[in-house]
Amino acid sequence: MPIESVNDCVIRFANVNGSGSASANQLFARSIMRMGVPVAPRNIFPSNIQGLPTWYEVRVSEAGHMGARGGTDFMVAMNPQTWDKDVASIEPGGYLFYDSSRPIPASKLREDIVVLGMPLTDICNREFSSPRERNLFKNIMYVGALAALLDMDLAETEKLIAEQFKSKEKLIAPNHKVLRMGYELAKSTFQCPLPMRIGRSNKVGDSIFIDGNTAAGLGAVYGGATVLAWYPITPSTSLAEAFERYCARLRVDPATKKKKYAIVQAEDELASIGVVIGAGWNGARAFTATSGPGISLMQEFLGLAYFAEIPAVLFDVQRGGPSTGMPTRTQQSDILLAAYASHGDTKHVLLFPENAFECFEFAALSFDLADRLQTPIFVMLDLDIGMNQHMCKPFVWDDARNLDRGKVMSAADLDAAKDWGRYLDVDGDGIPYRTYPGTHPTKGAYFTRGTSRDRYARYTEEAAPYVDNMQRLLHKFETAKTLVPAPVIRKAAQPTRLGVLYYGSTSPSMLEAADLLAKDGVHLDLLRVRGFPFSSEVTDFIAAHEQVFVVEQNRDAQLRTLLLTECDIDPAQLIRTLNYDGNPITARFIRKAILEHVERLSAKNPKVLS
Amino acid sequence: MSYLAKPKFHHPAIETNELGFTHRDYEGSISTLCAGCGHDSISSAIMRACFELSLPPHRIAKLSGIGCSSKTPTYFLGQSHGFNSVHGRMPSVLTGANLANKDLIYLGVSGDGDSASIGFGQFAHSIRRGVNMVYIVENNGVYGLTKGQFSATSDRGSKSKKGVANQDSAIDMAAIAVQLGATFVARSFSGDKSQLVPLIKAAIEHRGAAFIDCISPCVAFNNHEGSTKSFDYVRSHNAALNRLDYITTRAPITTEYEPGTTQVVTLHDGSKLRLAKIGADYDVHDRVAAMHHLHTKQASGEIVTGLIYMDETPHDLHDSLDTVDTPLNELNTPQLTPGQKALDGINASLR
Repeated sequence: MPIESVNDCVIRFANVNGSGSASANQLFARSIMRMGVPVAPRNIFPSNIQGLPTWYEVRVSEAGHMGARGGTDFMVAMNPQTWDKDVASIEPGGYLFYDSSRPIPASKLREDIVVLGMPLTDICNREFSSPRERNLFKNIMYVGALAALLDMDLAETEKLIAEQFKSKEKLIAPNHKVLRMGYELAKSTFQCPLPMRIGRSNKVGDSIFIDGNTAAGLGAVYGGATVLAWYPITPSTSLAEAFERYCARLRVDPATKKKKYAIVQAEDELASIGVVIGAGWNGARAFTATSGPGISLMQEFLGLAYFAEIPAVLFDVQRGGPSTGMPTRTQQSDILLAAYASHGDTKHVLLFPENAFECFEFAALSFDLADRLQTPIFVMLDLDIGMNQHMCKPFVWDDARNLDRGKVMSAADLDAAKDWGRYLDVDGDGIPYRTYPGTHPTKGAYFTRGTSRDRYARYTEEAAPYVDNMQRLLHKFETAKTLVPAPVIRKAAQPTRLGVLYYGSTSPSMLEAADLLAKDGVHLDLLRVRGFPFSSEVTDFIAAHEQVFVVEQNRDAQLRTLLLTECDIDPAQLIRTLNYDGNPITARFIRKAILEHVERLSAKNPKVLS
Repeated sequence: MSYLAKPKFHHPAIETNELGFTHRDYEGSISTLCAGCGHDSISSAIMRACFELSLPPHRIAKLSGIGCSSKTPTYFLGQSHGFNSVHGRMPSVLTGANLANKDLIYLGVSGDGDSASIGFGQFAHSIRRGVNMVYIVENNGVYGLTKGQFSATSDRGSKSKKGVANQDSAIDMAAIAVQLGATFVARSFSGDKSQLVPLIKAAIEHRGAAFIDCISPCVAFNNHEGSTKSFDYVRSHNAALNRLDYITTRAPITTEYEPGTTQVVTLHDGSKLRLAKIGADYDVHDRVAAMHHLHTKQASGEIVTGLIYMDETPHDLHDSLDTVDTPLNELNTPQLTPGQKALDGINASLR
């Protein structure tokens, strides 16, 4: 039986990288969103510019599930290289749409799916003369056909095309024509609509559609960042580029046309973080955007920034490791690398945004935290959040908000102060007062170094001042617990002894899995970790539950390790729930993993579910 | 090193500069380098240059990497902020500091290990970008702090203290700086203060990437016979190009010079450099000729010193980036944060 559904399906496009499919696929996803139906698209792409297979998956969910679901209901198979696997991956009763210009033998098809062939190449070859047009319009044509098959509102797609080509108006008409051609041909060839449909709804509201890297780049503008030093690396590159794009729009002095920002594409990641640290030392808000390999290279400098207490912000858009790993796949596998970056005793503050909205919020916040705590702040994105466009709440900014520059002594402060020492803990929170170079002719100058020093920044190798300083840094880290974003707790509908800890891009799949599990009779209290160091709310939550699943996207249960190490928790209490195959974690996976564990538990102790 | 702190009092008639500062106001803490170290002479040349230019010490930032040379910023300009960063990475830290505040003077102090080996890349790229700085390499051809290993500027055939000959070819930092596009390149010798002080002054006044390769013999590990970075060797192989006088805008040129031997160069702020030519026909503005001259002299075993190349109208990193006149670290919240109205527009474009 063909799958029947309204606003609840997964459509997957199998394309060839570099064929211009990306913008057509995005057009399809945004058309659905314009119809008021929530969509969660994901790009699955190779480390390649042209020629290798690439997929675009659109999850349509009236219920608003934004995580990857797993499985494909409708396959748009445009890539002969991956045909067999693509066809095999369709759910029974699902649909296959393909370019029938070249005949496909029946043996290459399946009996239990609905097969929809349309000679896209033939039509485009007939209609257009340039190879470029023939290629690009094939994509637009299938978007038109899908609109007919899925009962979509073609007017929304037409409107989007018109908006997209606002500045290149002559492209609008041909795009509209091809779109309409695909739509009409599908109507005349197939029984439209299919039992699987997309209908107008009102679940999108004022949501925006944006990728996390762009949101973080914009957040850095709002957070007052003025210096960016970076080295191109997937999947973080678009973050730096977004910052540059928004700065060009928002940070140019209207009178002089001069720039209120400086961006350096450095020679490597070492230089990137060096520039950030130099700028942070000198009182500018500075950041870098990178991925795991970049953080590996920055280790020595991160120890310096920690020990010399210099503000810095790093966006780590995590990808599949180790080594070059899977550069275009997603993982949360830099947690320990970032938390303990560098040699010697170091600890760093981490923020874990769950989506583009929090990418914006945490990006802006990270600069306040870096200045307040005078230390590197890591904003831990991943490829799934960073490079995929998601629906999220619109961004908000409090116009009364002032950038918190932290404890900085002005010339007047220095004149008024009885005593000033760069590393004196005046307020008892472990955070000393600093001066920017050039502040005062005779006061406030000091020497910044990665070597041991006393409270007045004087070089010393003596034991007591060294220990004193290291203890103060620990005390400062305690203060950080009160400043990082608090965890978000969602209680189960009924009391339960089972809890779940999760973070970052796992969020939408986790929420969906918890709903599914509740229907299975497994009730879970949820806590989403948003920052490291962990606050007492995290430890209290663990203490209040018999068993806590720690759901992560890495092999070694890195957040769990961090919890065990930092909070002295009994390892038996924290259950590893790990997906690390490079694909975004799915609700199906989490549900299955938790169910299996709960079944084992209840076999041993039936009371665990009560 | 000396353990005796200098007394605070001084002679009432001690020399003061236009700011009323004495030379003592440009000093730092006591050097912990070996007695007779060339680096200490460079430190005192830096202090002299800053004193003579009447620079307010707190408007100078001094940055360094790791090594004997990189320790020296502690020993001069005690009223300046200093940053002793990590090995080979001074250039990037200095670049960042410079981006944050274009109004300070940036003094990068490095060594041959720091800049020609571990930090060769950062040296190169900071020069390429035209960071407005004075980049001094205190070049002794040896790793002093780890006791005597060859560095990348040691000449092939030069002998270590233990008598081992260096087999690798040497990096000529000055030649490379010219090639990379430094707009001010000089070489000097720590033992020649009369040449070094005006060069440092001119480099400070240069609004771009100014590089000085300063040969600075290591008295502990590289001052023996067979070394090509010893005091004796450098003195006997020095091929000075020119002699420099630095003349501020305020001091009129009173002396007359013999035509043909003197070249007067006007700097961006109107101050002047008087170059007494030693090598005939050498033109400090000819970049290609400078490279040729360096290589020719090197082939004949001579060490070229003096002002090698200068572009009088340099283009610095802030020019390239077209940044606002206000230092970036002074921009306040309204200047930096676009506010909700702009965000509303962005939100609308994302639906």
